[in-house]
Amino acid sequence: MKTLRALGLLIALAVGAACGGEDPAGPPGTLQRGLSSDPETLDQHKARSIQAADVIRDLGEGLVGYSATGELIPAAAERWEVSKEGLKYTFYLREGLRWSNGEALTADHFVAGMRRLVDPSTAAFYAAMLADLENAAGITSGDIPVSMLGVEAPDDRTVVLRLVQQTPYLVSLLTHPSTFPIHPETLAEHGDGFARPGKLVSNGAYTLDAWVPGSAISLKRNEHYWNNAATAIDAVNYHVMVQDNSELNRYRAGELHVTSTVPPDSFAQIRKDYGEQLRVAPYLGVVYFGYNLTKPPFKDNAALRQALSMAVDREQIALRVTGRGEAPAYSWVPQGVNNYEPPLSGFAALGKEEREQVARRLYKEAGYGPDKPLRIELRYNTNDTNRKIAVAVQSMWREILGVEATLVNEEFQVLLANMKDAEITQVFRSSWTGDYNDAHTFLSVLQSGSAANMPRYTSEEFDSLMALAARQVDLEQRKLYLEEAERVMLADYPVIPLYFFVSKHLVSPQIEGWGDNVLDYHYSQQLSFKAAQ
Amino acid sequence: MLRYTLLRILGAIPTLLLVIALAFLMVHAAPGGPFDDERVLPADIEANIQAHYHLDEPLPQQFLRYLSGLLRGDLGPSYRYHGRSVGSLIGEAFPYSLQLGAMAMALALVIGIGAGTAAALRQGTVFDKVVMGFAMTGISIPVFVIAPALVLLLAVKLQWLPAGWSGVTGMSRYVLPVTTLALPQIAYIARLTRASMMDVLSRDFIRTAYAQGLGTATVVRVHAMKPAMLPVLSYMGPAIAAILTGSVVVEQIFAIPGLGESFVRGALNRDYTLVLGIVVFYASLIVFLNLLVDILYGAIDPRVRYR
Amino acid sequence: MSGNRSIRITGSLLLTVAIVALVGPWASPYDYATTNLENILAAPSLRDMHLFGTDDLGRDLFVRTMLGIRVTLLVAIVASLVSLVIGVTYGALAGFVGGRVDAAMMRLVDTLYALPFIFFVILLMVAFERNFLLIFVAIGAINWLDMARIVRGQTLSLREREFVEAARLTGVSTLRIVFRHIAPNLVGIVVVYVTLTIPQAILVESFLSYLGLGVQEPQTSLGALVDAGVKHMEGAPWVLLVPASLLALTLLCFNFLGDGLRDLFDARHTS
Repeated sequence: MKTLRALGLLIALAVGAACGGEDPAGPPGTLQRGLSSDPETLDQHKARSIQAADVIRDLGEGLVGYSATGELIPAAAERWEVSKEGLKYTFYLREGLRWSNGEALTADHFVAGMRRLVDPSTAAFYAAMLADLENAAGITSGDIPVSMLGVEAPDDRTVVLRLVQQTPYLVSLLTHPSTFPIHPETLAEHGDGFARPGKLVSNGAYTLDAWVPGSAISLKRNEHYWNNAATAIDAVNYHVMVQDNSELNRYRAGELHVTSTVPPDSFAQIRKDYGEQLRVAPYLGVVYFGYNLTKPPFKDNAALRQALSMAVDREQIALRVTGRGEAPAYSWVPQGVNNYEPPLSGFAALGKEEREQVARRLYKEAGYGPDKPLRIELRYNTNDTNRKIAVAVQSMWREILGVEATLVNEEFQVLLANMKDAEITQVFRSSWTGDYNDAHTFLSVLQSGSAANMPRYTSEEFDSLMALAARQVDLEQRKLYLEEAERVMLADYPVIPLYFFVSKHLVSPQIEGWGDNVLDYHYSQQLSFKAAQ
Repeated sequence: MLRYTLLRILGAIPTLLLVIALAFLMVHAAPGGPFDDERVLPADIEANIQAHYHLDEPLPQQFLRYLSGLLRGDLGPSYRYHGRSVGSLIGEAFPYSLQLGAMAMALALVIGIGAGTAAALRQGTVFDKVVMGFAMTGISIPVFVIAPALVLLLAVKLQWLPAGWSGVTGMSRYVLPVTTLALPQIAYIARLTRASMMDVLSRDFIRTAYAQGLGTATVVRVHAMKPAMLPVLSYMGPAIAAILTGSVVVEQIFAIPGLGESFVRGALNRDYTLVLGIVVFYASLIVFLNLLVDILYGAIDPRVRYR
Repeated sequence: MSGNRSIRITGSLLLTVAIVALVGPWASPYDYATTNLENILAAPSLRDMHLFGTDDLGRDLFVRTMLGIRVTLLVAIVASLVSLVIGVTYGALAGFVGGRVDAAMMRLVDTLYALPFIFFVILLMVAFERNFLLIFVAIGAINWLDMARIVRGQTLSLREREFVEAARLTGVSTLRIVFRHIAPNLVGIVVVYVTLTIPQAILVESFLSYLGLGVQEPQTSLGALVDAGVKHMEGAPWVLLVPASLLALTLLCFNFLGDGLRDLFDARHTS
């Protein structure tokens, strides 16, 4: 009897507890968006994930921004000037800029923000965004005080940036959330925990209303935003949906207006059932297999590397394995990057049969054959798509060349550690997404000494061409140098580019204003609900 | 009595320490750290971050640092979620898991015991076979199959229930997660109840009760239920553990921000402190509950104290 | 179902499944690893010998399912044996030595019993990278507690029996007593519990596969196949239904087999 009573109490408690504590659903007219993972923070200078950046872009605003179709537009700054040698940028802020608490937003808030970004005690992941500013390097390594950073505010509405070298893409860097301004009093009052509801003061279209960790983030209209009149949607709820199938279910049940992605396996079905609502666009990212160039068998063996690369049927992978409109990759830099036309790998023009023939010949030249097959390990991180690609490529290599590849599925952190060590890896799956719309963000990865250079590719020719490109003020000249650098790199086959990412979303027919752009930025303030019929 | 209590508490501490040490070692043994990413950090920035979180210290020192924090009740900062303490993260996540688990346990008990008893009373009939057959589906199909199937049918196609969790008002959002979590336990409890009830019902004192003219309902309720429940009660420990395990899947599928989901995420993100914190939290909870039961037994049954 | 009948039915079902899993692949022209991107998610058809259809990479599902059954059974049996060895040793020792040592050992078991083992398993898998052997050990490490308890109980009661008293009086060493007199009498109950632990081990392995921590490509298990099949529930239901039904069948068989064995054992015991 006692047990039964205890049980009854338990049930009552549970039910009672359940009835309270609801997440804010928001009034009708609230935009419900899916978010693929919980942001680790909403502090613009400490954030590193794409998901955090997405939410922060709704909360804050930088000097410049992007339109729905991906063009650079003035944001907090109404115009800017670049000096002749390209070393001094002057930004003129709009009049009447305010924070969400009504206080004026001035130029030294931008200065404070940038200083905080490079300050070593912030330990900011994206500190390198401002690496080209005067003294930035010295500050991050702790040798020079932060106040010496090459940014200043001669008056309340002017921000001046001083660079150590020409950085033609600097303006696009300034769209990144890490360059957003900071409200010093909030930071002083709340310290590192300022990015929370009730504490955060924002300068963008929305304010932070609520945050249920791991579940949902709620944003509300910022009445003090300079462009508030143009913001159509009053409130936005970001729902953290880690499993893409669960997110799809919610969309189909009408609980979400916009999804963060589309599950690969249901893609074909979704395209059939949802047609217009499915938005697929090229995205600045490349998926590749990298070789470990520091050890045999791939060290100093360009023929072998080329053979394996040519034996991969990229069209099949893009069409049948990933199947969401990804483009097969014959270059390193994706198509659609600003001011750039990526050169293609030499064999891109050959047909499938020819490629296989050449591949076999090269394989033999490299010293391998049916009686001496190549035995290697192909590593990839735990993910359904990666698994399928690895299995497909393993099969292709076996059929065409007789390569015996063992698949090693590792959890992401493990693979990362192994790639960085470069001790046991041979071929590994990796990817790179651009931080800004310029070829540099991709090509710089393969420079000697770059921490992101997983294959450990070093080529004097490539490095010197990159250095030459960096010195060019003339954009056309720069473009040519960069393209040449890529051509040189591709001919060395340090990587096997597989395909370029696409961004894929389901967007409800009730929503207007969604633009497809290569950076996959979709500011909530650009969206609106279709007028009720 | 006091001596008994103190001894029990002292006995629990080494177990806890062992658990913490084990978890600490395993988390740190895993390759990769909490700040790794494909977008690799420049070396000096990485060094800054490592120093900030004391990750550059030797392992024993980090362990001691962690333990001293524990004594102060501080579970440390989350490595992944800047500016948040593990304690607050657990504090926010636990109520969800608790609600879910409690409701699932309650549902499992009600349906399990009910079904098992009904089946036992109609032993050998079609009813018995059908009921037990249904019950068995709970342990022959994994939760990660049942849950999506139910969501597809009930939430997407028929739209009778919500497909997700966040932003949904009212009790309806509990139905699917609680049901899927409870299903395996319904099966076990039904089986246990049926076997146990069958056993009890065949005993002499029950026959006596019937002979005295009491109806089935009364016999079951008044005489048979209590002794029949003993095996079910001793199953409660493993049942709770099983619900905890199941909650990992259910929380992921329905995007419920509970502890199970946080743990998996923490393990994969190498959020050392969060993972340790959850292990410590659960271990302490269980140890404390066991302690409580022990003390109660000691209070009720003096023989136990002097063993 | 009466004890003997259920043993016979479930036993023969399991045996059939195991045999088909071993022999079946020879009947098919396909192997479990060759992909065929031109023919993904094909429905079962006799025409091109894809008895169960193909998966999302065009691999033959019949052969893969057979492989899955073999792997699942292997993992489950070995993991159960691991937990058996640990559990029996621990339980027999505790039961036989008795007294304070027994009390301490059982206290440890009680505490470990309700600990979130699954967390440790996840941590283990994450820490030491997925290798096949470790899966067995990890799963075995969860399940030994039940076995230890049961064995201890049996040992305690056996210890008091006359033949053990006699052996002790005549000076036979403890170890010999345990091995020659106690152990053989434990066989019955151990067999019952191993059979009942196997379904648990199978479900744990499926859970690990769901998390991506289970058996590695291109190898597969029933759990991994089922997990992969869930995504195609709507578009290609056979990819889920085939392995799921076989998984359910296997689990049910082991459960009923264990029940039947237990009835048998109890009957022998009480009589």
